[in-house]
Amino acid sequence: MDTTQSWDPDAVQSIALSLRDRPGALMLILRRVQDTLGWVPSDSVPMIAKVLNLSRAEVHGVVTFYHDFRHQPSGKNIVKVCRAESCQAMGAVALAEHIKERLHCDFGQTSTDGAFTLEAVYCLGNCACSPAVVVNGKLLGRVTASRFDEALVKSVADR
Amino acid sequence: MSTTVFIPRDSSAVSMGADDVADALGRAAQQLGFEVRIVRNGSRGLYWLEPMIEVETPTGRVAYGPVGPEDAASFFEPRFLLSGEHRLRLGSTEDLPYLKNQERLTFVRVGVTDPVSLDHYIAHGGYCGLDRALAKSGAQIVDEVMTSGLRGRGGAGFPAGIKWKTTLGIEAKQKYVVCNADEGDSGTFSDRMIMEGDPLLLIEGMTIAALAVGATKGYIYLRSEYPDALLTLTQALAAARRGGYLGDNLGGSGKSFDIEVCVGAGAYICGEETAMLESLEGKRGMVRFKPPLPAIAGLFGQPTIINNVITLASVPIILDRGGAFYKDYGMGRSRGTIPIQLAGNVKRPGLIEKAFGVTLRDIIYEYGGGTASGRPVRAVQVGGPLGAYFPESMLDVAVDYEAIAAKGGILGHGGIVVFDDTVNLAQQARYAMEFCAIESCGKCTPCRIGSTRGVEVIDRILATRGVEKSESVELLRDLCDTMTAGSLCALGGLTPLPVTSALRFFPRDFGLDGGAKT
Repeated sequence: MDTTQSWDPDAVQSIALSLRDRPGALMLILRRVQDTLGWVPSDSVPMIAKVLNLSRAEVHGVVTFYHDFRHQPSGKNIVKVCRAESCQAMGAVALAEHIKERLHCDFGQTSTDGAFTLEAVYCLGNCACSPAVVVNGKLLGRVTASRFDEALVKSVADR
Repeated sequence: MSTTVFIPRDSSAVSMGADDVADALGRAAQQLGFEVRIVRNGSRGLYWLEPMIEVETPTGRVAYGPVGPEDAASFFEPRFLLSGEHRLRLGSTEDLPYLKNQERLTFVRVGVTDPVSLDHYIAHGGYCGLDRALAKSGAQIVDEVMTSGLRGRGGAGFPAGIKWKTTLGIEAKQKYVVCNADEGDSGTFSDRMIMEGDPLLLIEGMTIAALAVGATKGYIYLRSEYPDALLTLTQALAAARRGGYLGDNLGGSGKSFDIEVCVGAGAYICGEETAMLESLEGKRGMVRFKPPLPAIAGLFGQPTIINNVITLASVPIILDRGGAFYKDYGMGRSRGTIPIQLAGNVKRPGLIEKAFGVTLRDIIYEYGGGTASGRPVRAVQVGGPLGAYFPESMLDVAVDYEAIAAKGGILGHGGIVVFDDTVNLAQQARYAMEFCAIESCGKCTPCRIGSTRGVEVIDRILATRGVEKSESVELLRDLCDTMTAGSLCALGGLTPLPVTSALRFFPRDFGLDGGAKT
């Protein structure tokens, strides 16, 4: 884990305090931390545990259970590719190979220059417009290699 | 005079450029001095035509599609304005055969109204079901749902009325209504379409469920992959509260109910109802033992109704038109309609709401038009990633819980994924095991470990010949038996379905001789 990445402990503390009394607070807190920081730092686990009066193990267990909670910061741009059946039927396997090459990283990895993180997802509900890809939060349908390249260039430029 | 144009805000339509079309059309209208009112509606579900826009005319709405932003100016040319002639003209929306030949009960407003407008909702028959429910006792509401024969549309097909009756019969300080909106099955998107296209319908259905059993608090457990649905739901909840349809004193009845949306965190297993409850409680999404049934001891140990989005969205019309009206549709023990989601390699993918009983063949060929690639259909997966793969020769089976089960499959959430003849079913079987390994909650050993061993055994089948191969096939069958019998929930219990159906109907893909063996 990259511990050189800085994050704001006060932000986590205030998120935890603001949600501690809600039913099912831990998920709400982790969700908010993920959405705010873009990841859930391992050092935030004891802080959250203390606020909720849970053991670190309990919090760690929840953080590591869910695919959405990142254990390290992502690259500057995030690309998610659907690998589920409907997209497979429309060429998602070949598309994924193209995207891996284009981004210089495999699923679950960040490119060495920190520009891209590539994630696998299993269904985006865009099955009637398969194959589907998300580039920096924007859902794309009927994606081809060239349509992906075009969208990527545009999305990177817009950021 | 201002013209109204409908451009979907549905995320699939947006993924094909609907936002850009709306922007371009608005800009063109302004530049050319036309008054155009753009309404962002849900999708009609004719996804090969998205972005499909509709123009309101004195004789009804006329559809055009698929429209690109570059087409915007063409809608203001004199020839179009005089005659409505356009190269993208599809005709009157209501008369499009794909739509006209459906029986839309649940999806009647999707694509028609502005999803977050309470006025639109009410003007198109919304909240009639709740009005009737408010005049009934809890037991009478439950009776109506029992009469309708409504079964859970999430996949299990359990009669909704029985769940409700159980919860109604229990005394408790706090009861809950939980909507399962963790639509994780590949090839399914009907929940998303309701939440993005007619979210007030779901809210009304949950409210009726709450009145039936005496619940005061509702949760919608929404998967994080649906950010647009979160936005429409949030807007619709606010509209319902403003109109007095949520909160204290519902419609002047003195009863109270409110709904909160909880966003998941990317775990497929949380679509399993007890794992979902754990997640709502802030824990790992580990499947619970049953009993106790959630209807008796569910969320935070309290009696809880858990239903899928489509199940709850089917309730308002049942209350409005009566259980008997709904029951008139369908066949056998599958009553009413089902929104079938047609996806994968198909020319005309989309949402097809039909009474139970339509055949897979009709859906795939009459509606779907065959494959998108133009190649022959080879396999069809019905019911999501845990559903069986059927060969083309078996497509005459009716869409009906029992009929599909009799063929060794499941109807699940009503998703149909079509594959052409380039598919390799051994790879699909391997993927099913791989998916199970990724998404298993880990509680049951056959699911947690068996899925990984399953990938390995399939690899070994593909890499070996002769005795070693046939031994591996035996081992795979044995493993599938163990998973089926030894898993608490459908993930471990049904992952063997796609695997064994692939093996049974497509043995050659595994390098085995012979045709279908039963």
